Amino acid sequence: MGSRRPHASCRRPALLPLPLLAAASLLLTGCEGVQSALDPQGPRAAEIATMILVTTILGGATWLLVSLLLIAGLIRRPAAVGGGNGRLFILGGGVAFPAVVMVALWAYGGVVLGGQDQPDQEPAVTIEVVGHQWWWEIRYPDLGVVTANEMHIPTGVPVALRLTSDNVVHSFWVPALGGKIDLLPGHTSSLWLQADEPGTFRGQCAEFCGIQHARMAFHVVAHPPEEFEEWAAEQAEPAEDARTEVLQRGQEIFLGSACSYCHTVRGTNASGRLGPDLTHLASRQHIAAGTVPLSRGSLAGWIVDPQGVKPGALMPGSRLSSEELQSLLAYLMSLD
Amino acid sequence: MTSTAQPTPRQEDLAALHSVWDRPPGIFGWFAVVNHKAVGLRYMATAFAFFLAGGVAALFMRTQLAVAENEFLPPDVYNELFTMHGTTMMFLFAVPMAEGFAAYIVPLMIGARELAFPRLNAFGYWCFLLGGLFLYASFLNGTVPDAGWFAYVPLSGPLFSPEAGMDFWLLGITFVEISALVAATELIVSILRFRAPGMSLHRMPVFVWAILAISFAIVFAFPPLIAAGIMLELDRAIGTRFFDPAGGGSSLLWQHLFWIFGHPEVYIQFLPAAGIISMVVPTFAQRSIAGYVFVVFAVLATAVLGFGLWVHHMYATGIPALALAFFTATSLTIAVPSGIQVFAWIATLWGSRPRITTALLWAIGTVVTFVAGGVTGVMVGLVPLDWQVHDTFFVVAHFHYVLIGGVVFPIFAGIYYWFPKITGRLLSETLGRWNFWLVFIGFHVTFLPMHAVGIMGMPRRVYTYPEGLGWEALNLVETAGAYMIGAGVLVFLANAWVSVRSGREAGPNPWGGGTLEWAVPSPPPPYNFAENAVVAHRDPLWVEPSHDEREEYGGILTPDVHHRRETLVTSVLDARPEAIVWLPAFSLAPLFLALAVGAFFVGALTKVTPLMIVGLVASVAVAAVWAWPDAKTRHARVQEGRSEADVPFELLGRQSMDWWAAAVFVLIFGTLVGSFVGGYFYLVAENDAWPPNGFDRPDLLFPALAAAAAALAGLAMFAARIVAVRGGVAGVAVGVAAATVLGAAFIVLVALEQREAGFHPDEHAYASLYFVLGWVAIAHVAAAMLYGLLAAARWVVLADLQDWHLPVVESALLFWGYASTVAVITVAVVYGAPHVL
Repeated sequence: MGSRRPHASCRRPALLPLPLLAAASLLLTGCEGVQSALDPQGPRAAEIATMILVTTILGGATWLLVSLLLIAGLIRRPAAVGGGNGRLFILGGGVAFPAVVMVALWAYGGVVLGGQDQPDQEPAVTIEVVGHQWWWEIRYPDLGVVTANEMHIPTGVPVALRLTSDNVVHSFWVPALGGKIDLLPGHTSSLWLQADEPGTFRGQCAEFCGIQHARMAFHVVAHPPEEFEEWAAEQAEPAEDARTEVLQRGQEIFLGSACSYCHTVRGTNASGRLGPDLTHLASRQHIAAGTVPLSRGSLAGWIVDPQGVKPGALMPGSRLSSEELQSLLAYLMSLD
Repeated sequence: MTSTAQPTPRQEDLAALHSVWDRPPGIFGWFAVVNHKAVGLRYMATAFAFFLAGGVAALFMRTQLAVAENEFLPPDVYNELFTMHGTTMMFLFAVPMAEGFAAYIVPLMIGARELAFPRLNAFGYWCFLLGGLFLYASFLNGTVPDAGWFAYVPLSGPLFSPEAGMDFWLLGITFVEISALVAATELIVSILRFRAPGMSLHRMPVFVWAILAISFAIVFAFPPLIAAGIMLELDRAIGTRFFDPAGGGSSLLWQHLFWIFGHPEVYIQFLPAAGIISMVVPTFAQRSIAGYVFVVFAVLATAVLGFGLWVHHMYATGIPALALAFFTATSLTIAVPSGIQVFAWIATLWGSRPRITTALLWAIGTVVTFVAGGVTGVMVGLVPLDWQVHDTFFVVAHFHYVLIGGVVFPIFAGIYYWFPKITGRLLSETLGRWNFWLVFIGFHVTFLPMHAVGIMGMPRRVYTYPEGLGWEALNLVETAGAYMIGAGVLVFLANAWVSVRSGREAGPNPWGGGTLEWAVPSPPPPYNFAENAVVAHRDPLWVEPSHDEREEYGGILTPDVHHRRETLVTSVLDARPEAIVWLPAFSLAPLFLALAVGAFFVGALTKVTPLMIVGLVASVAVAAVWAWPDAKTRHARVQEGRSEADVPFELLGRQSMDWWAAAVFVLIFGTLVGSFVGGYFYLVAENDAWPPNGFDRPDLLFPALAAAAAALAGLAMFAARIVAVRGGVAGVAVGVAAATVLGAAFIVLVALEQREAGFHPDEHAYASLYFVLGWVAIAHVAAAMLYGLLAAARWVVLADLQDWHLPVVESALLFWGYASTVAVITVAVVYGAPHVL
């Protein structure tokens, strides 16, 4: 059903009759849409957005009808409804009407469900996602890429996701691209996604997973296929050698401190698996699972006081002299 | 609207009746009271207090979410608050509130003087209170549960929640669930056996139908959660692996067991609330409910269907598409019984020009709100749509529409409706209107925008959210609405405070209601009805019984007291008089039993095994004293035969209240065992090999002998019953002794086999099941042994009252038969299944 989807537009929410307040507010605040199910950027999300629209209209009409009937009943002149103590009224409104609507909706839901089950072409890439407390490990086994909290995909083709967790239950959700799927320890779940146009879409964990569930976000970056190939090729490379003195000093601090117990920088001795792979840290837009945009300053704050940025995060703070910190930052920001 | 006209009872008779039914004075009386109205009122008041606590937690949460990146609450506190908010509202407010209404109103509505098991009712209340305090004691200990009210593993397990918070939660809710289960037991038996003569099932008020339906739903829905709770507590306490995928367990097993409880739980809350609306609407419309038969069908269908749609909470777990289509169908089906009830209410009101009292306003608010919640319920029933909105604020909005619109609003309707009955004074209508409009408008301001914010991508259970995603304005509006609800609730408290003191005198029937509770004074006297009511219509106060009906059924229960608490038992279908039974008066045993059970839970929490043993032994001891008849009743029992109206004072065998209660207990425990056995086969399916690699198939000799011993024990009890019916004293003793010895043999054989197993419960889920199912069987047989011994002791020691003990022997037999069956099945599963699979 891929490319025939109705074009998603910003006007869509204004049609919603039920959450009137919401619609009004949307008009006021505009339509950011980075994480909205109503601003679909792929075929899966588009079908569901249509479904939300259809069921909201249908549901709103039903609600209106029942409420009007109630009011009519309250203000009507004395009378009994229908024959036989309202039996027809109850059977018509309470049995026949919902039965017909439910059968129709069930069929509609089944058709959409069937369409969401499998993509109509072979997925171009397979991506493994491992949920951690509280970040996302993202691996491209066929491309030799390992990254974190930022998934890059080619546009116009489905990508296949294999998702699991080695700790608690998480749920992977990018509203602009489609519905969510749980990551269960001991299980591997599957999901396919497709983005039609290039763009960056925000997602976040949807299953409560502990103290920092709220700050377990990530971004999906969709590129045209050739750009994606370039990105993957760059990411597959090991980190560049530290060339300058400052960078060598920074690398020394990184490898000589606790950093390397948890983090990997491919091409060095740092091969920890507890925290995100940092081989190409500087190429990412955010740190701490979408919590703050990456900059030299935010990275410094995160390294020195992660608990201040994201209380409860599993990364301990570091005691570094100013010189050590500056060297370390220089090194990390060189990992692009 | 007058009550059925009967000769006025003499004042001195009423005074004597009053003194028999009244509670003893002072502190002792306060702790020992068992009357259904006192206990029901306590249930309601305590549940309302927990409602306020849960509401305060909600206000804290809404304050935190008012603006993006707020630092009002740290994340750990926010997580504790939403866990306790959900837990409180689900376990400590909605269900106990319904039980309180039921305990207070149902006996009045069916024309009974009391519930069937007044002491059990009081015990249930103490379990609720102590369990709730147990849960809230986690605040004092600084380890508040924080894994959500759904407590998904592994987050709630030993690895990720090592602190005591989840132990408080697991043990606390199990404690509270005991109260729901005993309340269900006594309500089922009371409703089926205590209805006034002539109140055949098809004349039973809809509210009573709803309570009957949810009582059965509780019997089948709560044990799976207790089973899951036991498994999780064992995982945490002794390292079993039920939910640990690394040890052959499954995190989805918890989700299945939780939602097999959790979804029926929603209807357990909704049906009594809808039942209240089905009482309020006809009263103010001044006509019987339209489509009574359809409404009753809808109530029963909802209770049954509620068990068939738990998977719709698990659409995003990767369940196969065919199963998803099935559970979508069952989820959508629920629209029909809900539609029937809504349309029946509208049909009842249609053109009736009702008086718009506050109670009716709440009912109108219920329809408007609940229908919107039903609409969004259909939306989330559709799998693809649910994949987007599951675990977002859309779902939060949806279930608050259902649970506030469909449960809290009706509870307020019920409070405004029955407050005059309970207190004798009307609530102020002026304050009532402020109360209603503040809560109603505040509710929609809070929860309507949540639909949108959820679709716009905001997940639930987040302590904060970033700027720039378009959620800020809506969240601020929601918070304002929440404070408006809070203001409305404060107005209600003020209204209750003022009205209970100086509200207008209500009289017996201020609304012109048609059901029996309006036939008695407000507040009702401790005995409710001086004489039994005679029912000839669904609204007995609106249609007087005919002369013949009054001749046939009137005056069976008279105000002429025999210095004991008497009430009338009638037949299940037609409510024909069967017997006058004597109910126990005040007692401290319920409180002591609850304290003993509490000691066990505290021991389990603090890992102090001696305290657990003390609690267990004390529980058995108190239960034995409880079940032993007191001297005064024994004396009276010897002297009496039949009542003046020629109704027997005895119900033998399977007609007796004892046997009925035992039968409901068997259903409860059977569901518990069924949950464990279901868990066993679920984990068999999750594992590639069974027994898993490294485990040998178990030996069969001892288990076969054990199963044979258990089966023979059941047969010995059967023989004892045959002797008992013929009056043999020694024969019963021999039969029970034989069953006890065989039961002991079973326990020894299983224990020996477990000792020789060569592995421990913490090695693999297989080993956990091996041991825990064995313990379940041992516990059943041990309980049956104690039950049998108690029955035999009454039979032998008080041999002059054998007719009276026969029901106890029958009940002990029933339980023994059940325990033998459990023992045989469990042994077959634990020892046989690994050979077959």
